[in-house]
Amino acid sequence: MTYSVLIVDDSKLARMAVAKALNALYPDWTRIEATNADEALVLARQSLPDIALLDFNMPGRDGLDLAGDFRGMSTDMPIAVISANLQQEVVNKAGDVGASFLPKPLTQEALGEFLRDAVARLTAASK
Amino acid sequence: VSPPKTALDELELDALTELVNIGVSKAALSLREMVNEQVILSVPELRLLSRNEAIAILTAQEAGRLVAVHQVFEGDINGRVLLIFPETKSLELVRAVTGGELPLEDIIELEQEALAETGNIILNGCLATIANQLQRTLKMSLPEILRGAGHEFFELDPPPVAGDVVMFLYINFAMKKRDIQGYIVMLMDLPSLAALKELLAEYIQRTTGEGMPSHDLSR
Repeated sequence: MTYSVLIVDDSKLARMAVAKALNALYPDWTRIEATNADEALVLARQSLPDIALLDFNMPGRDGLDLAGDFRGMSTDMPIAVISANLQQEVVNKAGDVGASFLPKPLTQEALGEFLRDAVARLTAASK
Repeated sequence: VSPPKTALDELELDALTELVNIGVSKAALSLREMVNEQVILSVPELRLLSRNEAIAILTAQEAGRLVAVHQVFEGDINGRVLLIFPETKSLELVRAVTGGELPLEDIIELEQEALAETGNIILNGCLATIANQLQRTLKMSLPEILRGAGHEFFELDPPPVAGDVVMFLYINFAMKKRDIQGYIVMLMDLPSLAALKELLAEYIQRTTGEGMPSHDLSR
């Protein structure tokens, strides 16, 4: 089973870093990239990604806001908010919308752990 | 003199902006420990400018007196970095950091120390993240508070010998329902910019596994 992953980050370098890790872990999966929350919502409505990886700190609406929108669209979608800002408020808000929190700079190990869990949840939800 | 606009390419500027954002996010975490409330710091934009352009932008946006936290850094990259706020905002910043319950005289007394501490956390957060991610060591001087008009911060001794370039960043600072906008200015000489470009190219390659490190053909 392959999945599609939406990567949202205003930094091209950060998207490339996520893409590299994702490609090493799951080369067959589809990648969709957006540079901000508005673009991400348009893309998400068109192509319904299975998993979302969202940068927290973006111009315009932040990744937590966007995670809330995605949660409204799908109760099952595994969502991760990625940030170097480990403040309790941010981590708590991520938890409130049922999103995981991954530290930046993102490591392949941290992404791999989140995605293994995501696959398990998606598999369970489809049964 | 026109800035070396081609000095850093788009992806290198993107990488540097990302590193600074990671740095200020970490600084926000340290400040949060200090004020015990959420602190939001972000750097939306980074521009590479000549000294005159940076002075023109800063003085056009901030006509009044400014206060700056200044630190010198040394290593593979040498230069100075300043966190600049309008002087009218600096007491507000100190109020936010100290909790806002203190009488004005205490705040004025604490201003110097609180500014130096806050600036040190933010500037060290940025430079330490840049240095760590670029796998280099930077030595930072102690913070020093400067006051004056914008152009004075660009004319500090000793003047750069080998030309200079300015990284100009806006920083948004929100805590305790206060929004404060300031600037981070990083001044370095041209050899340091060349060294930074090379380190960024290596970092991009490590991070993305794509592209080749750039080489300076003039050498």
